Amino acid sequence: MTRVKVNGTEREVDVDPSTPLLWVLREQLELVGTKFGCGIAQCGACTVRLNGRAIRSCVTPLSAADGQEIQTIEGLAPGEGQRHALQAAWIAHQVPQCGYCQSGQLMSAAALLASNPDPSDDEIDAAMQGNICRCGMYGRIKDAIKTAAKNGGASAPAAKETIDG
Amino acid sequence: MGKWTRRSFLASGLVVGGGLVVGVALRPGNRQSKLAPLVTGDGETLVHSWVKLDEDNVVTVIVPHSEMGQGAGTALAQMLADELDADWDLVRFEEAPAISEFANAPLGKGVLLEGVDIPEIVLPTVDGILLRTAKALDLQITGGSMSIRATGQYGMRVAGAAVKEMLRDAAADAWGVPADEVIARKSQLIHEASGRTAPYSEFASAAAEMTPPAKPTLKTPEEFGIIGKHVERHDIPSKVDGTALFALDVRLPGMLYATTRRAPTFGGEVKSIDDSATRAIPGVVDVVELPPTGVKAMLGGFTSPESVAVVAEGFWAAKRGIEALGVEWNESGNEGVSSEAIFEQFDRDIRAGVEREADVAEGDVEAAMASAAQVLEADYRVPYLAHTCMEPLNATARVENGQCEIWVGCQSPLTFRKAVAEALGFEPEQVTLHNCFMGGGFGRKSRADYAIQAALIAAKVGRPVQLIWTREEDVRQDFYRPAVQSRFRAALDDDGNLLAWENTYVDKHEPVEAPLIPYEVAARDIGHVGSPTHVPFGAWRSVDHSQHGFFTESFFDEVAAAAGRDPYAFRAALLKDKPRHLAVLNKAADAADWGSPMAEGRGRGISLQESFGSLVAQVVEVTMIDGQPRVDRIVAAVDAGIAVSPDGLSAQIESGIVYGLTAALYGEITIENGAVVQSNFHDYEALRMAESPKIEVHIIDSGHAIGGAGEPGTPAVAPALANAIYDATGTRVRSLPVNRLDLGSPQERTDQA
Repeated sequence: MTRVKVNGTEREVDVDPSTPLLWVLREQLELVGTKFGCGIAQCGACTVRLNGRAIRSCVTPLSAADGQEIQTIEGLAPGEGQRHALQAAWIAHQVPQCGYCQSGQLMSAAALLASNPDPSDDEIDAAMQGNICRCGMYGRIKDAIKTAAKNGGASAPAAKETIDG
Repeated sequence: MGKWTRRSFLASGLVVGGGLVVGVALRPGNRQSKLAPLVTGDGETLVHSWVKLDEDNVVTVIVPHSEMGQGAGTALAQMLADELDADWDLVRFEEAPAISEFANAPLGKGVLLEGVDIPEIVLPTVDGILLRTAKALDLQITGGSMSIRATGQYGMRVAGAAVKEMLRDAAADAWGVPADEVIARKSQLIHEASGRTAPYSEFASAAAEMTPPAKPTLKTPEEFGIIGKHVERHDIPSKVDGTALFALDVRLPGMLYATTRRAPTFGGEVKSIDDSATRAIPGVVDVVELPPTGVKAMLGGFTSPESVAVVAEGFWAAKRGIEALGVEWNESGNEGVSSEAIFEQFDRDIRAGVEREADVAEGDVEAAMASAAQVLEADYRVPYLAHTCMEPLNATARVENGQCEIWVGCQSPLTFRKAVAEALGFEPEQVTLHNCFMGGGFGRKSRADYAIQAALIAAKVGRPVQLIWTREEDVRQDFYRPAVQSRFRAALDDDGNLLAWENTYVDKHEPVEAPLIPYEVAARDIGHVGSPTHVPFGAWRSVDHSQHGFFTESFFDEVAAAAGRDPYAFRAALLKDKPRHLAVLNKAADAADWGSPMAEGRGRGISLQESFGSLVAQVVEVTMIDGQPRVDRIVAAVDAGIAVSPDGLSAQIESGIVYGLTAALYGEITIENGAVVQSNFHDYEALRMAESPKIEVHIIDSGHAIGGAGEPGTPAVAPALANAIYDATGTRVRSLPVNRLDLGSPQERTDQA
């Protein structure tokens, strides 16, 4: 039995502890916002935060998360009906196209802003270099990170607007 | 792709015969009673095949295209809502179910009748036959950059205008006033003389009983209120909080997971399997063999090759299981094939010119070559490419009681449904297909092989199964963008005038016009020879334009240099009779400040490409660092006729550029021993943020016919990059990818300083 704290909630899972965290999140914990892209830590689609740090869950065994805190895309918004500043900026800049890599992009960006609230272009590049976007929205991602940083990063959640379709 | 061509369609007589007098968006009578239960929920009324109204006056547009990132749903909803005079805040959209009534016949019309002059009077007939044909051919395809220019233009706008007239007639009937006194505005019907106002929804039921008008009045561009305006995409909020449902995210009770493997050498088959180690892995449930399955489809049939699947309680066990599987493959006869051998074959076949077929032959090319002051010759080539959609191929299937339910992300739901049915020995009606968001498509998800595999596995194990391909399988079992070689000759006179253009290449597919150049030249001979290989091929973003854009615009740059002319000025001079082309070229050049001095080691290149009804010019700026280019900036100008959704168009061009730039810099699938060498993103690289240039997109609204958006950004970037590298180094880039080339040291800049 492995205990993990996921998005603020204690969870127990009974899985081979060598199983990559990605598959435990998706299959046992049914948190499917975290995606599979390559399986070898090359694309970043599976990025989640382990004790605040961005990690590639496809190569992180469950055992490494034992007793630790994990945040996934489902836990990024500060509360029900709210959006993280990055999520609001992502919408404002119309970042996603297919959207598949965006959970990972957002989690990498969230880890960056948490440790560096006002990153330079080079610092953004360095933090985001592990995340591939085959739709090629890098320019918009970078602009959105700067907007979110300007809006206070993680500390200033934006209210959720009613524009869902 | 494949053998299907517009010519063969027209020649088959399907279009020219017949006598149905019905339109696509405007079929008389109403089918709503049949369709309504399939697409409506509580409180919703299906007013038209593509339009629902609910009690809160919300309009839902039913979109017969798949969402793979291009935002087509939003743009199509804009087109319908504008003609309907709907309040945009009350507009939603959803994807049409995979049933033949939603076959997107307008796509057929756009693809198949483009450039064909049809008398106005027979258009309704043509539409009717195309709908019938589309149903027969399973045309619910998203591809060819057709959604907006065909479905939107011929379908959505017409449907919106028709529904507005029906609602107006219904209100006029109810109020006892002349219909022409009823105004439709922002989802409200208004009769000013009597001061009456009512929401559209009040007349939804009455309108649903009506026959759509034969010729609804469409707006002129000046009257557009929603078309051409920036609106936020409706799918984006769900893509920032993890709630967007991709096929990979489907969860069914009792579901197992599977992964598959095929012979690494294309054409290989299973000789023997030792599954003892696999079955010893905890969680592994079964090992099953899947037979090869032939698929007939409009855009080229293909075979889903034999494969082996490991089924397990979780994907991790399935993956470990497939790695532990001892499979021996039969020799296919392709074991000796390499990329090198393939290019030798291309070279031989071009040289031999056997059964060369001309795309265009006009003027006396040989005479021009004989009398020329200069004859230029060059060979260009590009490698195979994989698609590497971010979402690896996957499908989830449940097969029980003679029914199959399948969840998949695909570009052609009706083709997939039929292919799955045939593989299972079912009728299409026994298969229900749920199309999910696609994590990228780029052409790969128009082939149903992965859906067939999932259905076959689910049928064999008798439980719901989610099949997930590993990235390695995705890279090694693709339907590849074909490798192509292309040979050029050009003749110039003493004054640097272009007299003749000759081009022979291998492996022609679609679009047929891809190798043509827009520039004025008296003698042209462009043609192709067949040179088939054993490597499976398919559509890849921009299809044949992806190769020929690079070839023709790079060689044209060589011609300009040989003529001693500036590459921009030389192009412009030969586009005098093509004002749209010229305007796009000028826009890109002006915006990029063409001709301004550049520092040593830097270079600038230009290109122009017409594809899928849109024109795109690009200027690329590079800095050479350690023999490789850093791409600093790309300026693009695009004329897509009317930009329905300007930010959406810009985003698609940006995306197309990065996709094309990734391929130009890094993209190469190499064949050794008949199999693909690469396997994942470490050796089949994608552009990342730090290497991603600043991209500026300038839109020209020319008011011409609406063009495509998803693909036209891709073809022009490789040649502009190659031409920029030449400008910086004096070295011509005649093969891709760039990172395999020795580009030497920067040349001294004397030309522009």
